[in-house]
Amino acid sequence: MHERLQSLLSVRDLKIEAKIYPQGEAPRDVTILEGVSFDLKKGKVLGLIGESGAGKSTVGLSTLGYGRGGIRITGGEVLLNGQDILKLGRSGLRSLRGAKVCYVAQSAAAAFNPAHRLGEQVIEASVEHGIMSREEARERAVYLFRVLGLPNPESFGERYPHQVSGGQLQRAMTAMALCPNPELIVFDEPTTALDVTTQIDVLAAIKHAIEETGIAALYITHDLAVVAQVADDIMVLRNGKTVEYGTAQQIIEAPKEDYTRALVSVREMQHEEAVDQSRPLLRLDNINAAYSNVLQVLFGVSMHLPKGQTLAIVGESGSGKSTLARVITGLLPPSAGKIVFDGEELPKALAQRTREHLRRIQMIYQIADTAMNPRQTVRDIIGRPLSFYYGMRGRRKTERVGELLEQIEMGPQFLDRYPAELSGGQKQRVAIARALAAKPDLILCDEPTSALDPLVAEGILKLLMRLQAETEVSYVFITHDIAIVRAIADSVAVMHRGKLVRFGPRHVALSPPFDDYTDLLLKSVPEMRIGWLEQVLKTRRMASAGN
Amino acid sequence: MRLRDIPITAWIGIAGILLACFCAIFAPWIAPHGETEIVGNVWQPPDGQFVFGTDNLGRDILSRLIYGTRTTLLVALAATLISFSLGIVLSFTAATSRGVIDQILSRFNDLMMSIPTLIFALVVLAVLPQNIVILILVMAILDSTRVYRLGRAVALDVAVMDFVEAAKLRGEGRSWIIFREILPNTLSPLLAEFGLRFAFSILFLSTLSFLGLGIQPPAADWGGMVKDNKDGIIFGISAALVPGTAIAALAICVNMVVDWLMKRTSSLKGGRGDA
Repeated sequence: MHERLQSLLSVRDLKIEAKIYPQGEAPRDVTILEGVSFDLKKGKVLGLIGESGAGKSTVGLSTLGYGRGGIRITGGEVLLNGQDILKLGRSGLRSLRGAKVCYVAQSAAAAFNPAHRLGEQVIEASVEHGIMSREEARERAVYLFRVLGLPNPESFGERYPHQVSGGQLQRAMTAMALCPNPELIVFDEPTTALDVTTQIDVLAAIKHAIEETGIAALYITHDLAVVAQVADDIMVLRNGKTVEYGTAQQIIEAPKEDYTRALVSVREMQHEEAVDQSRPLLRLDNINAAYSNVLQVLFGVSMHLPKGQTLAIVGESGSGKSTLARVITGLLPPSAGKIVFDGEELPKALAQRTREHLRRIQMIYQIADTAMNPRQTVRDIIGRPLSFYYGMRGRRKTERVGELLEQIEMGPQFLDRYPAELSGGQKQRVAIARALAAKPDLILCDEPTSALDPLVAEGILKLLMRLQAETEVSYVFITHDIAIVRAIADSVAVMHRGKLVRFGPRHVALSPPFDDYTDLLLKSVPEMRIGWLEQVLKTRRMASAGN
Repeated sequence: MRLRDIPITAWIGIAGILLACFCAIFAPWIAPHGETEIVGNVWQPPDGQFVFGTDNLGRDILSRLIYGTRTTLLVALAATLISFSLGIVLSFTAATSRGVIDQILSRFNDLMMSIPTLIFALVVLAVLPQNIVILILVMAILDSTRVYRLGRAVALDVAVMDFVEAAKLRGEGRSWIIFREILPNTLSPLLAEFGLRFAFSILFLSTLSFLGLGIQPPAADWGGMVKDNKDGIIFGISAALVPGTAIAALAICVNMVVDWLMKRTSSLKGGRGDA
């Protein structure tokens, strides 16, 4: 097959508007994307990167001639093989979508119909468009399952979506997109919802499939380290405008813009490890825990944490790390073992604990939206622990709320706002202030940054570290992100399937010799450099060949 | 809240309710004739002296309508308010405590609901002494079973949210969790139900009065007035339609206000956008 030199996809000066309906005002149009241009050649991958609201998904969907609710493409052109798809009518678009351009959504679990077998859904578009017969499509699906490294490719299509894992489902979705032999695939954050250890498999599968079939792809993500592994070119978007557009090499190794530089260096935050073990605060002894007395999720977990330090609990979903937090709070009484807090054994169940116990252990949740009552203002949210634990009211309470807002780097103008009027990062800050208001000795942080954009998350982590230095509060920080562990932890606990596989000071826990799981976990974290993925895969192949 | 943000429909509703309240409070002064006073012939058509005509005993319909507002509004409003207080407290208690308490309350509620409301009310009212307090309580308790079902369903949705868990972890008592955390987030569906239940209460009271177990004659209430004058319809006498229209008008007014309140609570910044 000879290389065609002209672009497969050429987007020129794209402009997208949306109608918004502010309360009490007339509806008006806002521009959400402007002046975006790029070219994509056959067999190449363009990475679109930016934080939420940057317009990256909007660009991706525009190549299918589609705008989500209320969004209109008002200017520019999207040329696919020289044809402007924005000028296509309904039938033209129908023959384009799912045939020439395919889409891989972020959440494969939500994108598959649970009532039909995977195989039928994978070949549906190809058969419907008349690209191939049912038999040919089945054969191609099996071929694609094999290319994507799915188990038992012959019979994989027989299964229903709930019978396969999240990573497999995401690969099945990629197979669905590849099946009709499209010219372009749009990947919209295909690995964001996956664990790092699964992410690496899906990334490898996608990369392999793109190389194998020679199609072009748009790869949308907020994780620069991920896109560096698969993309040839990278475009950085912010607030609907192009910040920087260049080859992957140039963006990663020599970024020109400040914003890009910030994105590249976001994972480089380091934390000076504290080693003083003389003032113990929390000790867990051989904790067992089960849901409904049947499903045991924690098996003999022991760990400890000194005052003023941070313990990071690392593990993938289902490892029992959130359950451990529920045990410490008393929401799920352990079936065996004991929790010692500041030299005193804590009652197991929430109901048996005193108000003083509860005050000293506070919690920060993963999703700040649901962790705050949407009908309470920031003043009420932060003020409640003050009046509840300290009986503060009136002026004193307002003053203290003001101080707390100051501490989380927000001003008094936020006092009377509702959570919905805050950005994601601000919400999480208010949640931190609520925890801080109780003057706790220990704050449990359940992945408080995993739903945030990298730069915002970094700000939250810095805030937490500053507060620790100021107030000597200890953190139990639950995360699946090794970069965060490096940024904040003094000691590390690695959990796998309800068991503690590794525990110790950070410099010991994160240096060799490793157990198998920790090794896999550490090697799966994408690094901010080109060629990382190939290298990992190569060492893996050598290791398996050596066996 | 700014007054000009209130839509015109809500204003109409508010005006209607205020008018009804005004009639209820000042009935002796604004009614042209006495409540039980016989002032003319039977079923006299509307004219200058009797704006809506006279009823089956020759009493002024307008006067009786004005006096009837008192009982109708009082009974229906009191019954609905009590049924909501009862239903919400019990259902939210069930939803937040789960387990045995939830089972006991919910099964008892099922038991109550399995008996046809009207039959139940007739039996109870026939046994108990006939007075307005008993009437209100019977109506309220019967209605609260419906509120309970809705309340438990919406509260269960909210009770599993992280902010409720956060309140529990803070050590908050049950009443704080129910009234401060859950109730504000369930207001939209509950308000919608309130409008509906209020209208049903008026109708239920009318039904009971119609069957002779509600407000006792000669005191006036709108449902009873429909009953008294229903035979007139056969002869082309419109007397029964006047109180009927009043019932419909009040129900519509209440619902217009509730619709607006509902929109307001659900479009509150941070509202869950339901309803």
